[in-house]
This record gives sequence, structure tokens and C-alpha cells, in this order.
Amino acid sequence: MHPLLTDDPGKKLLLLGNEAIVRGALEAGMAVAAAYPGTPSSEIGNNLFQLAQDERSGIYFQFSTNEKVAMEVAAAASAAGVRSLTCMKHVGMNVASDVLMTLAYVGCKGGMVIVTADDPSMHSSQNEQDNRLYAKFSNLPMLEPTSPQEAKEMTAYGFELSERLQVPVLLRTTTRTSHVRAAVELGPLPENRAKKGRFEKDPRRWVPVPAVARVRHKVLLDILTKAREEADRSGWNTVTGSGNVGIVASGTAACHVEDAIAELGCADRVKFLKLGFIYPHPTALFEKFLEGLDTVLVVEELEPFQEEALKVTAFEKGMDVKILGKATGHFPRLYEFQPLQVKRQVAAVAGVDMEKADLPDLSSIPELPLRPPTLCKGCPHRETYNVVKDALKELGQEENAIYPTDIGCYTLGLLPPIQMADYLLCMGSSVGTAAGFSISTDHKIVSFIGDSTFFHSGISSLANAVHNMHDFCLVILDNSTTAMTGHQPNPGISLTPPGYDRPRIPIIDMVKACGVEDIAVINPYKRSEALEAAKGVLAKKGVTAIIAEAPCVLYLKRVGGKK
Amino acid sequence: MSRCRILFTGVGGQGTLLASRLLGEAALACGEEVVVSEVHGMAQRGGVVESTVMLGGLRSPIISEGQADVLVSFEPLETLRALNRCSRSSTIVTNITPVVPFTVELGAAEYPNVDHWVGFMKENFKEVHALDAEALAKEAGTARALNIVLLGVLFGTGLVPFDADIMVETIKEKVKPKFVDANLKAFELGLEAARNG
Repeated sequence: MHPLLTDDPGKKLLLLGNEAIVRGALEAGMAVAAAYPGTPSSEIGNNLFQLAQDERSGIYFQFSTNEKVAMEVAAAASAAGVRSLTCMKHVGMNVASDVLMTLAYVGCKGGMVIVTADDPSMHSSQNEQDNRLYAKFSNLPMLEPTSPQEAKEMTAYGFELSERLQVPVLLRTTTRTSHVRAAVELGPLPENRAKKGRFEKDPRRWVPVPAVARVRHKVLLDILTKAREEADRSGWNTVTGSGNVGIVASGTAACHVEDAIAELGCADRVKFLKLGFIYPHPTALFEKFLEGLDTVLVVEELEPFQEEALKVTAFEKGMDVKILGKATGHFPRLYEFQPLQVKRQVAAVAGVDMEKADLPDLSSIPELPLRPPTLCKGCPHRETYNVVKDALKELGQEENAIYPTDIGCYTLGLLPPIQMADYLLCMGSSVGTAAGFSISTDHKIVSFIGDSTFFHSGISSLANAVHNMHDFCLVILDNSTTAMTGHQPNPGISLTPPGYDRPRIPIIDMVKACGVEDIAVINPYKRSEALEAAKGVLAKKGVTAIIAEAPCVLYLKRVGGKK
Repeated sequence: MSRCRILFTGVGGQGTLLASRLLGEAALACGEEVVVSEVHGMAQRGGVVESTVMLGGLRSPIISEGQADVLVSFEPLETLRALNRCSRSSTIVTNITPVVPFTVELGAAEYPNVDHWVGFMKENFKEVHALDAEALAKEAGTARALNIVLLGVLFGTGLVPFDADIMVETIKEKVKPKFVDANLKAFELGLEAARNG
């Protein structure tokens, strides 16, 4: 049995933040979930996927082709009264934002939780956008845990809150809250879980034509007011300590603050507001907290989200309090924080001395060889890159080529000795940007995309490219899985996980349907045949495609080579 | 319990995450407060993999400059890279078998001389256990037990605030049955290695 189905209330398990979110959803009676994988959110989907294969879980889960689709699946389930969840990495929210912005208007019926996993410091991402701004943008409540235990409880609370307010609730994690393991005390699992709900037709609620949307926008703002009142008295927002200096923090930054206060022994000198219900800004609580304080240090990674809100409250209430944070240079808007960086600032505002570590002189250590991540030994992508490189060489085009690339393991093709990744924006961008380069330069354009990314957001761009008569070759690296994020299935896979019996949509059929005529399907390990086929296609004008079919070696090992 | 920050570092595939997780499970089994952090995703494609185990009620999962009480390193180059997270009062446990990065194989960089730098560490840090953990793992039955050898050494330092027996029980419970014997042997060899200096 899956450990997250352990039915033993009170028992403690060492759970990852992401696993705790899944457990929270199970305890809250969530029955339908959908997601597209993305680090640091992936383990949420992976666990839901495994759980859904076990009848005892009573849940439905799908890996959707992208985050937008996943959010739509979950939104409709919620509209039918079923508790639903979707999760994504921060940039996945950009893809789903078209849904999010209007879903906020129509709202939901069954509780709906949307998990956004941010990645400050870009451990595994192309940017470090702060998705707390999506809460403000969409006018939806947002919660942020500091530990796996809180992650579990907040998820469960999120469902209840969502159902009460009739809007989805956002749960924001960061890499450090998603990928931290700690003890989580299990609660009871519900006796019954209804996967089927009842959708009550009500076009004036669910169909936001302008006349409806105008009404729903007002409804949303009224809900936001209620949510603010709830945030003001929420047990997730706590004040500890005393003094005329304040500190405000949430998420992992709050963990650094707690450790710093304990180690500096300055709880009697600082009043600490730890925020868990982070949006709407609890302005009444802010006012009460700021009362009598001279100085407030705001400790938050990335954008000055609470800092600016605190300034608004201070301004509106005519309070004379110094607010220290990003604007004053106490903290940067870059990267995740280091505990020591936080401790220094806490010590400074609290006016206490900090014990200095006795550090040895390390200046004699030379510059160390880097160890960047690389394509695995035997990875088929490496072979494909070499085939394409050789083909272009033989065609005298290698020096002339530009290589737009995409999101996946194969992005590592940017490193030597391959160096065939020249431009990247986001999921699916290899196709759209290839079109742009083909009209704005005289270079040979050869772009690379993986199978899962192709289904995620490559198809509409490929149809666009054919229709608008662009000139590039799209190399589709079909390794039969979503390798980067831990081998999740997608509609094109020929190699399926055990028990995964869903119809396959061959990539070649999609490429043909988009109107591409010159297509070479290659096995990159069969070097000479692959080279000839690739050359044939690369010599052609117009939109052409090379589909390199060879499963991910790690995945092949995992599923035991079953075809 | 006093606070203890343990930093694990190594190369993708060496088993650092399993080691930190097992240590976390052992802490949970004896009711100690513990936070374990892991690195997933891009970092696992042959890159540096770091994890931390924080004991004694620490909330933060990150270890910054000079804060590590113990560094457990699976690879000597990565030991050097992580030294800035240690202070003179830190204990260092390090494997001495290199995993040569491709940047060195390509001739773009030079791999540091391990003996020289082990000497440097012994001069500058409180306690250093530098050993060929891979050889001990092979002696135990499988090179893959490298992580458990190093856990053994860690317990041998006496810095983990709970009993090695709890770790043994955790290994029995959490490791795949067919690897349990080799892992228990590996743990024992690690313990001995630490106790013998």
C-alpha cells in the first residue's frame, strides 16, 4: 500500500513537503486532481499518480498535457462539487494563468486548491518569478507553509476555505518547502470520497460573457474582503516575542528568522509576525502589529510583497515606523536567502552581538573544476545531437546554423562538446522562435524539442509554422517519457509505466496533421542510417521534422524494458 | 538536544539523498526533531547533490558559510567545494575516491591533489576522517553501499546525538531486503574506521 494511505491517525511519518500536500488533500477528501510535472512540484503529481492506480485511494488523477489543461480539468470537477487539486511549478502558472484569471470570477463549488511551487535561486528553472503576485493579480487567497506539517494542514484548510468562499485557494511553496522532509502527524482519512459530483447549470454563474463577468468581478472583490477578514484573524498568522522592533516573514525566510531569534536569544527584543495566510494582506493585523513599533524588518525572498503592503498600511494609518527590507537594501530581490544573511540583519535590528564563526583561511584553494549537470551516459539525446551536427557538417551548414532549444534534459545540449542550444524562453518556445529566426535571419534554423514538451505547447506553433510558410527543421527528441522531472507519461509514449493503459497518439501523426511533409524518423543509435535520413530532411526547404525515437536510458531501466 | 547541522555533499547517483533520508528516519524513530533537505531535478543529472540534516529543533533547511557542524562528503572535490560552509570547529568526514567531472576529462580544468588537500583539512579543521569509503563499501559487498559506510563513519565520530543501534534498525527497516546485509556490514566498517581514527 502507498505510505500516504497509512490509516493511523497520530502516527508520524517523515514526509517531503510535497508528500505532505498530497496527504493533506487526501485527508480533506480531494477526489480529482490533474497536473503537468515541473520541479519543484513534481512529487505531488508523482504521488497522486501512484495513488490513483490504487483503488483504495478513491481518487482520480491525470498527467495532463500542460498546466492550462490540468487547471481546466480541476476547475470543472470543482464546478461539479468535487474537491479538486492542481499543482505546477511557478512558470507553469504562466501557462495556466489564462484559466486562473477567469476561474477567479466564476469561482468554484467543491473546494479547489492550486499549488504553485516557486524556485528562488533557480535550482531547476529558467526564472525566479514570485508567484505571490499571482494571488494579487487574480484576487485569490494564498497560503504559504514553512514546514511539511504546515503544508499538510494548510492544504486541508485550503479546501475548506475554498469551499466556504467559493473561489480556488492558492498554496505557494518554494523549492525549500517542497523538498524538505520532516515529521508529519497523520490525521484521519475520510470514510468516503465522492469522485462524481453534480453540475448545476447556471449560465449567469459559469459562463462569463461580459454581462456575467461584470457581476462576477464584483462578487470576487466581495469575496476578497471576506478573505481579508479571515486572514486578519487566521491562526496561520502568529505574533511572538516582544519589543519595539518588529520582524515580518513567511515561508523558508520565516524558518531562518526563527532559528536566528532562538540562537541570538533575542525573543524579548523583537516582535515576530509569521505569515502563513499571506494574501489578501491582513491589513487589520498589520495595523495592530505596527502599533508601538519603531522599526520593522521584512524578511521575504524575491519581491517586496509584504514590505510594500506594510508600507501602505503604515501610510494609511499615519504611523511613524521605519520599514526595512528591499527598498532600504537590507535584503536583495535576488535568490533564496541564506540563514546567515538573515541572522545578521536580525542581530542588527535587535541590537545584539552575533558570535562569529572561526573560519580558516581558504584562499589557497584554487578555482575548482565545475561539475555542471550533464546528459547521462548512453543518453539518446547525445546521439541525436551528434547525428544532426554531422549531417549539417556534411551539408556545409554547421557554421551557419542557429539552434533554438526547449525545456527538458536536452537543454543540457548547450554545454560543450555539443553546444547546440542557442535560444530558449519557455516550454514550446523552440518552435515559435524558430519561426522568428527563419524570417529575421539567413541562417539555417534547426530547433530541438522533447516529446512531452511537444505535446505541452509545440503543436499549435508547428501548425502556425507550416501555415505561415516558415523555414526550419524541428528535431523532436522522443525518449518516450518526461525524463527531466522523473519520468511521467505523455500522450506520445510507446513505453508505458506498469498498468498505464491509455491510447497513444504517435508524434508522427501529429506532425503530419500539422502539415509537415518532409519527416525523417530516426533511431539515433543507428548512426549511418540516421545520418543519411537527417541529411535528406535538413537539405530541404520549408518546415521539416526529424523525429529521433529512442527511450530514455534511465526510464528503460526503470520500467524493465517492457515495450 | 543541542543543535546540529550536518551537510551531505556528493555527486548525482552516489546516494547522498538516501543517506540523509535514512538519518532523518532514524532521528524520527527516536523522537528527535529533524529537518532534512533534498535537491531534486536538474542537479541530479551528474551534478553536485547536496542535502542537509538539521537536528535539535532547527527550522531552516539551509547551511550557510561556516555553519556546518559536520560535513559528510562522498567525493573529495566536493569536500573542497563545501569547505566554506565549515568553521575550524567542524568535523569533516570525506571519501577520498574522486569522481572526475567531465570538465576535467575535457582538459578544461585540473583535478586537485587529494592527499595535499586532506593534509590542509587536517591542519585547519577540528577533526578529519578521510578514507577510501568506496573500498570499504566493496568489502561490505557492493560499491553502492558507499553512503552507508559514510553514515557509519558519521556515527563513529560520536557527533550524532542518538545511538548507532537506532540507525541499524532503520537500515533494516528501510533498505531493500536484498541489500540489508551488505548495508549493515558497510555501516559497521564505517563505524570501525572512525573509531580507529
